[in-house]
Formats: sequence, structure tokens, C-alpha cells
Amino acid sequence: MSTHRTASTIFEISRPGRRGILPPTCEPGLPGIDSCIPGHLRRQVPAELPEVSELDGIRHYTRMSTLNFAIDNTFYPLGSCTMKYNPRLNEVAASKPGFTHSHPLARAEEVQGFLEAMHALELILAEVSGLPHVSLQPAAGAHGELTALMMIRAYHLERGAREREVILIPDSAHGTNPSSCTIAGFRTREVKSGKDGTVDMDDLRAKMDPEVAGMMITNPNTLGIFEPNIQEISSILHAAGGLLYMDGANMNAILGIARPGDFGVDVMHYNLHKTFSTPHGGGGPGAGPIAVTNTLEPYLPVPRVVRSRDGKFSLSENHPRSIGKVRSYFGNSGILLRALAYAWAHGPADLRAVSEHAVLNANYIRAGLDGAYHLPYGAPSMHEVVFSAKIQKQFSVRALDIAKRLCDLGFHPPTIYFPLIVSEALMIEPTETESKETLDQFIQAMLQIARESETKPELLHNAPVTLPVKRLDEVNAVKTPVLTCCGTSPQ
Amino acid sequence: MSRPANLKYTRSHEWVRVEGDVATVGITDHAVEQLSDLAFVDLPRKGAKAEKDQRFGEIESTKSVSDLIAPLSGEIFDVNTEVIENLQLISLSPFDEGWLIRVRISNPAELKSLLSAEDYAEQLKHEEH
Repeated sequence: MSTHRTASTIFEISRPGRRGILPPTCEPGLPGIDSCIPGHLRRQVPAELPEVSELDGIRHYTRMSTLNFAIDNTFYPLGSCTMKYNPRLNEVAASKPGFTHSHPLARAEEVQGFLEAMHALELILAEVSGLPHVSLQPAAGAHGELTALMMIRAYHLERGAREREVILIPDSAHGTNPSSCTIAGFRTREVKSGKDGTVDMDDLRAKMDPEVAGMMITNPNTLGIFEPNIQEISSILHAAGGLLYMDGANMNAILGIARPGDFGVDVMHYNLHKTFSTPHGGGGPGAGPIAVTNTLEPYLPVPRVVRSRDGKFSLSENHPRSIGKVRSYFGNSGILLRALAYAWAHGPADLRAVSEHAVLNANYIRAGLDGAYHLPYGAPSMHEVVFSAKIQKQFSVRALDIAKRLCDLGFHPPTIYFPLIVSEALMIEPTETESKETLDQFIQAMLQIARESETKPELLHNAPVTLPVKRLDEVNAVKTPVLTCCGTSPQ
Repeated sequence: MSRPANLKYTRSHEWVRVEGDVATVGITDHAVEQLSDLAFVDLPRKGAKAEKDQRFGEIESTKSVSDLIAPLSGEIFDVNTEVIENLQLISLSPFDEGWLIRVRISNPAELKSLLSAEDYAEQLKHEEH
């Protein structure tokens, strides 16, 4: 980390008249700006841009990047987000000029390689999911959810089942699930979790009726527990005419081990920015391909990659029952290339090993922290483990304080206060890309914080204490957000 | 914080004080504690209709946004506008100064579905993980 632990903005280091690059003066004889852009379209007041030298600009942003918590400089166990390392090989593959120089409106015969790559990724995602047809179009997980829900709606409407407008959602679900349902025009009905943290089967049966269009389930669920009754859940849904959707956020636990298509799922989404190691968060964009059964295949969005008998690839829009376009051009294709590179670099056996190691790492952390932190559910953990800060709460230390203190100790905090059904939740997902040494350091830091909550809780209330930005007043930030800098405001 | 024994409660953590055909509604100490730092509360206008088990407003903390669920049906004839400006009233005095709405009860039979203080405490025990 930089020793200059200041957090001044680029505007604060600005000095009037200072420049990075001086553009050459206009050659004589060229038309003036007045003849190019009419006066009423031109800015009357100069833009309030920072004025810095090139070196000051470089130093500023380099310093900022070292103040950030990122997967490239620290352990990032953000539960449910699968913040794994993004292999540089992915970047090499996606940077090939044949890919970067192709135009989205190029004719199919000019981008055969690109289309073949997309087709290859579709086949891999179909194989891993056990669902034969794939669309790479959705731009992120929630977009995949929305696309799939629109297909479920199209499926029921084609059968005249207009009354099916309810989607069942477990109380442990990601917030995007009910949100996607609402945007797709469905109503949601919550299904309770039982004492073991999995779907309460009696409650599921009680919630079934002819209005149910389907169910959205996450498996393993957000507690990191594999739903043991998943096949029965699927049977109950199907017997009542509903479809089963799987939120694939947690696919990193089951690659090459269990296939959603085999355990009764009709449609699912992947988060390539989680499971297939493409950049996540600020480094995005994401990609949320969906995989579906033969029954749902006609509704897939267009365009679709088609391989003809002579081995040539093309983009086809001719699918009359399709829900239509969900994204401009062909999804986030640069991200799709990275995912393909990842899948090919691993191969089937190593993809399975990815999940085995992800599960092993989560359970190593679980064993290291059990006792010091409360474990609300006893079921075996898959790729992530959810603790509660219940023990620490006795000393008035909450999950938020623990998260802030972890920043002091050099770690990105885990997800906190989710899933909602666990009070003071700490949701830890190490992923397979961390070494035993890193996991040990994290466990030591968490144990230190557990001790500190008994001996010096006020330290935790004030954390972070070593970073340039101390504990933020989050209430004030929400109530009176300051969205401009240095007293300027957008015109 | 003591939880008044003479109030009725809901599974979704609202309390109800019944006086004749008037019900005063707020959220419990437990709800306040779970939400932690409150940021906003969105309440209906006077004269709006409350419908049992349906949302009548929204409360937002730095952690999450939660629906406020009506324990009873009826006309909302009074709204505590002071809490909108001063959320501390809810955090410091959830059962008294932090009340949210007053409803003229339209279906007294609905009262039967509400929990006693004891039942509510029992539910919280089961909820704890």
C-alpha cells in the first residue's frame, strides 16, 4: 500500500492553468469553430475540469487504486458474489485483434471465429447445466432472471394459462428474484425456510395453487446449503403445471458435480462474472446467460447463433415464438470470450476441481471460526458459510463493526446482513483461488476481532481506524447525500 | 426496553393499541433493533385505507428497506408526521412517541388474528438463529 494515505480528490489538487498536454494551435486557413458548431450549441462557461499535469494525474489515480480493496490486492470473501481471481489468460484471449477489431454489424462470414467461440461457450454451458439450449444475451444475473421469467410467461400464455401470475420465492432468496418477478409482471409469494435452513416442504405445498406460474430457487441456497429436496420440489411444481427456475449465483459449488437439468430445473441463469472468473463489480460488465429445456427453447431471445450443416455459423432472428431481443447486438461478447477461455483452460476435470476446492475452502474457514462465531445452521456448507454475530452482539458489537474492523486488518469484509433470515449475518465465500496461508490469515484476523469485541468493543465501534476514510456516517449519507465535489454542481 | 403487555402484535413486528374502535399502530422495539440506523419512513396520507396484511408504508435503514404491514383494515384518520422529520422518536420510543398511524377499525373480527405480548415474545425466540 502507498504511504501517501490521503484521499484528496483530483479537484483538490487542481491548479488554475496547469496542463497535462498542450494541444497544438490550429493551423491557419482551417475553418473556425463558429462555422463548425453553431453558437447556441456551444458551452458558454468553461467546463469545470481539474487542471493537473500528466504526472500528477497518473500519481493521483495510481494512489487511488492502491487505496482500493480489490481481488488483485486482497482476500475478498464477499458471500454470494464469488469474487475469484480473474486469470490474465482470459484477457489475452479476449484481446486478440480478430475479436477486438470486429464490428457488431459485421456480416456473419466476416466473424466466423467470433460466432464459433459463442457457439462453443453455449455448448459448454449446456453441458454443465444439463439443459440443452443456451442464450448468451442477458447482460447480468438479474437480466438473466428477467429474460427467463418473460419466457415462463410466454410459455403459460401460449397454453392459455393467463391466471398463472404468481412466482414462489423462498425467504432466503436474493433480492433480485422478487424484483425481477415484479418487472416481468408477476406477483410473488414467499415460501418459508425450515429449521435446517432449506425450503419448508409443508409450506411449499400450502403455497401451491393454480395461480402459480413457477418457482425461483437458488441451489445451493444463500445459506450455502444444498437443497436436499430439490427433486421433490421440482415434482410438486411440475405436477401443478409450474416451472422451476434456478438462480445460478451459486454454481461455483456444483460444477461437474450436479447438473440443474438433472435435478428438475427448467431454466437457470449463470453469472459468468462469478462462476467463470470474468471481472466482477467495478471491473465488469457482467454476463448472465440462461440455459433451458427443450420445452422452453422456442422462447429463447434472438439473435441466436446457428451452425449449419456445412459448419458455417450465422446469427438467426427467425424464431417466431421467441420473446424477442433483450440486449443490443450480441450480449457482452468480450466477457463471453473470457468465460470461454476460462472453461477451455480448465477442461471438464479441472472445472469439477474448481468446485471441490471452493467447497473445501469454505469448510476450512467454517471449522476455523466455529465456536468463536455462532453457526445458525448445522447442515454441511457448500462453497460459502454463513455465521451470525450473535455472540459478539452481547458485547454490543454488530456484524457491521466486524466488517469495518476487517478493513483495518487488510481484508475486504464478507457480505453482512444477508441472507435476511439470519440476524447479524456474516456470509463468507472464499472461492477456490485462495491458498491455505491466506485462509489462515483471515481466520486469525476474525479470531482477533472476536477477542477484541469482548475486550475493547469501542475500538470496533470506531473501526476502521487505520484507513484514510474513517467510519462513515451512513445515516447522514443516505438522508443528505452530497453528490457533487468541491461545491460545484452540474449545470 | 420493556414491551407493553397490553398491546397486540403481528408476526411482521408491528404493534397495535386498541381503544374503542381506534387502533394506533407502530413498529416494535425488536423491529427497530433489527433495522438499526433508520434513514427514512414513508407513511400514507390521512384518509387512506389500510387493508389488513397489505403494505401501508415503508421504512428504510442503512441496512435495508422494509414494508410496513397493516395489522387491521380501516380508514387511516391520523398519521404521525413528526416521526418523518425526527426518526429518533421511533428508535427511542417505539411504543409511545414513535407511533405511526391511527386507524378506525372497520372489521373488529380481524383483532382475533393479532398476537399477545407473550405470543410475540415466543415467536421472537423461534426466529432467533
